[in-house]
Amino acid sequence: MAKSTAGSGPASGAASGASSRAASGAALRRTARATGCALLAGTLAAACGSGSGSSGSGTADSLAIGLIAEPASLDFTTTDGAAVPQATLGSIYEGLVRVDQQGKIQPLLAERYERSDDGRTYTFHLRKGVKFTSGAEFTADDAVFSIERVKKDWKLKTARQMDVVAKAEKTGDHTVKVTLNHASNGWLYAMTTRIGAMFSRTGVADLASHPVGTGPFKLAERRRGDRIVLDRNGSYWGSKPELGKVTLKYFKDAGAMNNALLTKGIDVVGTVQAPESLSRFSDRNRFRTIEGSSTGEVVLSMNNSREPFKDKRVRQAVRHAIDHKALVETSRAGHGKLIGTMATPTDPWYEDLTGSYPYDPGKAKQLLKDAGAEGRTVKFRVPNMPYAMSAAQVVKSQLDQVGLKAEIEPLEFPARWLSEVYNKADYDLSVIAHTEPRDLWTFADPGYYFRYGNPAYAKLLKDADSGRPEDEAARYREAARLLSDDAAADWLYLMPNLMVADKDVTGLPVNQVGEGLDLANVRWAKKK
Amino acid sequence: MRVYLRKAASLLVSAVIASFVVFAFLSVLPGDPAEVVLGTNAGEAELAALRHDFGTDRPLVVQYADWAQGLLHGDFGTSYISHDAVGPRIADRFGVTCWLALGGMLVAVLFALPAGVLAAAWHRRPAGALLSALSQAGIAVPAFLAGILLVYVFAVRAGALPAGGYTPLAEDPAAWARQLVLPCLSLGLVQGAVLTRYVRSAVLTVLHQDFLRTARAKGRRRRAALWRHGLPNAAVPVLTVLGLQLSTVLVGAVVVERVFVIPGLGDLLLQSVADRDLLVVQGVVIVLVVAVLVVNVVTDLLYHLLDPRLRSR
Repeated sequence: MAKSTAGSGPASGAASGASSRAASGAALRRTARATGCALLAGTLAAACGSGSGSSGSGTADSLAIGLIAEPASLDFTTTDGAAVPQATLGSIYEGLVRVDQQGKIQPLLAERYERSDDGRTYTFHLRKGVKFTSGAEFTADDAVFSIERVKKDWKLKTARQMDVVAKAEKTGDHTVKVTLNHASNGWLYAMTTRIGAMFSRTGVADLASHPVGTGPFKLAERRRGDRIVLDRNGSYWGSKPELGKVTLKYFKDAGAMNNALLTKGIDVVGTVQAPESLSRFSDRNRFRTIEGSSTGEVVLSMNNSREPFKDKRVRQAVRHAIDHKALVETSRAGHGKLIGTMATPTDPWYEDLTGSYPYDPGKAKQLLKDAGAEGRTVKFRVPNMPYAMSAAQVVKSQLDQVGLKAEIEPLEFPARWLSEVYNKADYDLSVIAHTEPRDLWTFADPGYYFRYGNPAYAKLLKDADSGRPEDEAARYREAARLLSDDAAADWLYLMPNLMVADKDVTGLPVNQVGEGLDLANVRWAKKK
Repeated sequence: MRVYLRKAASLLVSAVIASFVVFAFLSVLPGDPAEVVLGTNAGEAELAALRHDFGTDRPLVVQYADWAQGLLHGDFGTSYISHDAVGPRIADRFGVTCWLALGGMLVAVLFALPAGVLAAAWHRRPAGALLSALSQAGIAVPAFLAGILLVYVFAVRAGALPAGGYTPLAEDPAAWARQLVLPCLSLGLVQGAVLTRYVRSAVLTVLHQDFLRTARAKGRRRRAALWRHGLPNAAVPVLTVLGLQLSTVLVGAVVVERVFVIPGLGDLLLQSVADRDLLVVQGVVIVLVVAVLVVNVVTDLLYHLLDPRLRSR
């Protein structure tokens, strides 16, 4: 954070005025009193000085971004949650491959890679001259170490995506051969996420507070409960980032974050929590709003293993009963794209399925009647987060209209929701945003809290994963359609990637595609 | 001397009971730290392994004994979530909250002493009634609401002060002072309103005491009599209230820290409860309990020092 120059200016000015009066030979007591007054005036001036003194960045190459969820630890190998990779992936850590704004896989630390015809072997040719921030060179040994480490040391279930790897071996100082147990397109994609992050063999001792990566930024400061400061990595192999310093400032309260932008405490609101507050930033001469796609599907989950949602007709009734457009209008001030299945516009297989279950309360009533579920009461257990609670209210009233009584029970998030809904699946209905990219697989696991166990669906996913890459999209598309037809859940809307920034900030990522916050092209259009 | 010993002993007993109560309450709090850490990445095997690492799979009695034993050695344990020592983290945050509480108390006293004395002195005039009414209104305003209003007026509209944030004193004293003004005001004004009523009633009581009449009879002017004899006597009950208020301010800071994005103890407490980082929660609550106990004991002792009638008992 910038020092408060505006505040200290008047103070020193007044004090020097007092001392010159002392030099003119006034009585000692008078000088003392004058100095006292000057000091008091200075303090007041400092306290009430112009707001610009507390600006989020102050200089031309630094920027402060406001975010909500603070990572409790910087080590995503032991702690779950989206906040850790958001702060570190792509900025501090890099993978062999990355995903671009269009959702395509591109080389990153690997200059290029080859896939064998049977899809079981990948050969990565690593960039030369890449250095970790510790000074160590990035070599094939590090890549092998990083891949093996996921299988060995990671405590999280995401690590199982690496189970398909039979072995990773060094075939040259800068070539790595990875052999899979069976062909997998999903594995290469997973390598763009946190599990593909490249670590230094000598830099994993204290990942929670001293991350060592190859990225364009390095960790400069971390003040718990407050901020993470990233500095430009001077020895970065690629084109240097425009910004010398990025401050990720964490707020517990959306209102406080908005105020910080209004008072120049920060330069960007990284995730708008309450879209109805956007009107506060309507001044085009000061602010710019960015609205793009994200990977956060807001899912109305139905427990497929319990009555009444065991019956497909009841699930279909729910999908017909909800006026999604009105829901987004009411609960999100119109910000949110309708999707209709577990896919997002940045997925290569995305297609708009919102038409398959149009709003039709009459049909919903009929379906409920056919299933004998009219007038039933269901347990609607909702995490106590604003977006989920407001969506739940609308869902409840719309279900009421077709004769399904949903009793809302707010559950504290994360602790209680995880324990009751996610781990025990003790619920009928719930609402939550699934933010992981390409998370269709969650419906393929019958143990997942949706309790959706359609073997045909699981098989489609398996085929999409192990087939030829050219067929991948078509198979996933088929799977997404099946999921929608089955009414395995209802997809309320896709969370927008909604940001508000000072109008002079450019290069912010429009779409949130991967797990990291992409800072590489962010800069100030005008020097401040 | 015996008074001091007795106070120290009662403080110790209260702290021990508090530690027990805190632990018991938290152990029935639904939610599991291992589930929070693993989030949507939890599998049964992973959960069991992590619970074992944390030691939360042991019997509660063993967990309590372990924790209490650590406390005796000044060891607050290690955070489940961030893997660092809880003690230093609490100490760090406690400092921030102390500044906030002290600033709040300062505002309260600076506001309440003149307002209370004037309200009492003018109690038959309209100005006195107005002061009373204002303080009554002030009591009704919660600190967080005062905070939101102050931010809107001074930060967002006028742009005169930052809307929140905290810079350590050592790093930049000017920024530190600027950032503390609004939170201290929002904590202090509400407490000041409460305090005003106590000051007013204490001064009113004193105004009707015999010794004040005696002073007037001996020829002192009303104002002089009030200054010389009245206010020192009124100070005793006010001091007690001040002690009690310091405790409420410490606890009230929890909410104000959220509004003003100040990384203090309250912020740490709320975050740790959400994360089920139980050792941190236990540590923060124990520190708050002990702080409140100490404040109360010190207030008691001061009371004894100031009022000779209590000392003889």
